[in-house]
Amino acid sequence: MSDQTLLKVTDLQRHFPFREVQGLKMVRATVRAVDGISFTVKQGQTLGLVGESGCGKSTTSRLVTRLDEPTAGSIEFEGRDITHLKEHQLRGIRRDVQMIFQDPYSSLNPRHTVGSILTTPLKVHGLHKGKEKQRVQELLELVGLNPEHINRYPSEFSGGQRQRIGIARALAVEPKLIIADEPVSALDVSIQAQVMNLLAKLRDELDLAFIFVAHDLGVVRHFCDQVAVMYLGKIVEYGDKKKIYEAPEHPYTQALLSAAPDINVARGIAPKERIRLVGDVPSPIDPPSGCRFRTRCWKAQDVCAQQEPPLVAAEADISTRGRREGGLHLQACHFPEVKTDLVAEVEHSA
Amino acid sequence: MSTSTNTVSTRTAGANTAGEVVLDVSDLSVAFPTEEGLVQAVSNLSYQARLGRTLAIVGESGSGKSVSSMAVLGLHNPKRTRITGSIKLDGLELVGAPASTFQKIRSTKAAMVFQDPQSSLHPFHKIGKQIAEAYQAHNKVSKQIAHKRAVEMLDLVGIPNPQRRANQYPHEFSGGMRQRAMIALGLVNNPKLLIADEPTTALDVTVQAQILDLVNDLQKEFGSAVILITHDLAVVAETADDILVMYAGRGVEKGSAKEVLAQPSMPYTYGLLQSLPSHSEDLDELKAIPGAPPSLLNLPSGCSFHPRCQFKDQVPGDACFTQLPEWRPTPGLSNREIRCHLADPVATLQLDEGAR
Ligand SMILES: Nc1ncnc2c1ncn2[C@@H]1O[C@H](COP(=O)(O)OP(=O)(O)OP(=O)(O)O)[C@@H](O)[C@H]1O
Ligand SMILES: Nc1ncnc2c1ncn2[C@@H]1O[C@H](COP(=O)(O)OP(=O)(O)OP(=O)(O)O)[C@@H](O)[C@H]1O
Ligand code: SF4
Ligand code: SF4
Ligand SMILES: [Mg+2]
Ligand SMILES: [Mg+2]
Repeated sequence: MSDQTLLKVTDLQRHFPFREVQGLKMVRATVRAVDGISFTVKQGQTLGLVGESGCGKSTTSRLVTRLDEPTAGSIEFEGRDITHLKEHQLRGIRRDVQMIFQDPYSSLNPRHTVGSILTTPLKVHGLHKGKEKQRVQELLELVGLNPEHINRYPSEFSGGQRQRIGIARALAVEPKLIIADEPVSALDVSIQAQVMNLLAKLRDELDLAFIFVAHDLGVVRHFCDQVAVMYLGKIVEYGDKKKIYEAPEHPYTQALLSAAPDINVARGIAPKERIRLVGDVPSPIDPPSGCRFRTRCWKAQDVCAQQEPPLVAAEADISTRGRREGGLHLQACHFPEVKTDLVAEVEHSA
Repeated sequence: MSTSTNTVSTRTAGANTAGEVVLDVSDLSVAFPTEEGLVQAVSNLSYQARLGRTLAIVGESGSGKSVSSMAVLGLHNPKRTRITGSIKLDGLELVGAPASTFQKIRSTKAAMVFQDPQSSLHPFHKIGKQIAEAYQAHNKVSKQIAHKRAVEMLDLVGIPNPQRRANQYPHEFSGGMRQRAMIALGLVNNPKLLIADEPTTALDVTVQAQILDLVNDLQKEFGSAVILITHDLAVVAETADDILVMYAGRGVEKGSAKEVLAQPSMPYTYGLLQSLPSHSEDLDELKAIPGAPPSLLNLPSGCSFHPRCQFKDQVPGDACFTQLPEWRPTPGLSNREIRCHLADPVATLQLDEGAR
């Protein structure tokens, strides 16, 4: 992993305006889907994006890939500001930043063969001219599919194999950054493991950077270097994986980690303490004042409704193992407090 | 447990009905004729769901979990699907039953909650109205009473301000709330069986925990049988009583959910559990089962898992390649059945786990 910053996102916002009928009136309202977030991704690095359903993870993904345009803030890719580039100016970005989608069933055109699905991006970007077929075969081999299957249709592959086709398509144009939005959640754990292994291998071999969106905290912990926890359009905690998992300071992160189900219960190991959040996520149309988590936070005080807590360096930058460590750890709570033992100690079977 | 001729007189499970078999699937096969040939999605599947208990169905993507459950609710196109075997819901045979039978049982006896609530809620009708109509379809009551019932149901599934929420449209609900509304719709007629197909896959863990708690609470209250289809084995460990593991359209292991997850006794189940990230923490690679699931157009001979099974050489002769393993109790374990030829699967798998 080099130290080169690939992606720099600053105060990014995406507000969706819409009209709503209230009684007899039409009123204008705004969904504040992403509301001022900042993060960076270095070459070869993997950032995990986790958080409540509807907190803005997919919207962030679409902004970074510039499939959507931000309302405010900036996105820099390799030092170049791409925030408001027009489609014709985005050619390079369309190649350098690729997306892998959640659903391996609907993201591939059922009427096109695998060969044509993989050839299209090569043609669009004028890559491997005249040798497209050879490149497609290479790609299939790279993702562990049989190159003889080049003339098959997506329906003739299993879910895991289809996800590999989606990965091959993303890799076809030799990107530098891949945004994977829930790439394995529809797959069984064994196929999940195959796909994760493949992504990890490619990351190492090609020095790829990833933004990895997922609900499965175990998968994120395995795959990511850094994690950003989002709540209602904001990042509430952000840092090195170890810090987020082993010494989280923000109450929402703690609730999230503690809610993850634990398979060790099957072995008679008592379930760990659970923080149960009550109530629903407030609407991003009318988010709570001050700290957005305050309507569900058990620690909320008056100041939480008055002042928005900024994302600042975490209280303790000492790991639970007692060693003093550097590294990134930011949190946004007026009353941060380290909580350990929220994730089960993992037994080592090796 | 009472016999299947014994009818259940009350919807709420008392001590006398809990544990009673409400769904009895036996030798169920589901095949789809396609241009490329016959897709054998489910083969000779047998399982039972009991009142007051949760049965988890887990297994590979494409192993027939959804297809078999959809057969229970008559959701397949009869012209394009071949279904054989038997599905008895509360004593009523459903294989070959007319559409009118399924209409009657849907929601009164059995309901299904899908991964994507959007697909089962009508986007242009108010949530409360949809629930009220489902109630009226099976109960001769006035609109007002049905509406009241809908509000009650929304309240029951933990939706705040149910009065107001009943008058909103699905798109005005968050993902987690929509999933609750789906459950309210599914439960409005007190079905004896609730099939939840990946009900929380699209939701984050805090909402997931709320939904699973809700299903558990409602099950206690109504005493229904729940079938939970999921890839999340930790969810199974925390919520299910019984488990059925499927591979290539067949059941391959069944028993108590916790026991099976703590000590799998069939190579596919074992491989599945070994694939979990928690088994490879700090290792660079996860331990995936090598190879790909078989084609359902042309299932492997013998044991369907043999092309990927690392233990097949431990079975003498060519049984794994030529003979379909029949269900049998796992030697040395009680309340456990597998389809596998290994002489002593527990010892074989333990030896392997130790060697890793
Ligand atoms: N085009 C749009 N118009 C209006 N609102 C939108 C639009 N796209 C997204 N939203 C809203 O923005 C918010 C964030 O949505 P987003 O899809 O980014 O969430 P997410 O974090 O990916 O959630 P999930 O985990 O459920 O996939 C949600 O409240 C959503 O309803
Ligand atoms: N209408 C159909 N025609 C042809 N094949 C079908 C049809 N419906 C399902 N199948 C096939 O039947 C098999 C079983 O599908 P099913 O949806 O039951 O899998 P599943 O176990 O639910 O998988 P997942 O975990 O991915 O949801 C799959 O290979 C699927 O492609
Ligand atoms: S700022 Fe206040 S409301 Fe927000 S997380 Fe911290 S304690 Fe809770
Ligand atoms: S029957 Fe043979 S191939 Fe099948 S799981 Fe058992 S050992 Fe493996
Ligand atoms: Mg999303
Ligand atoms: Mg399914």
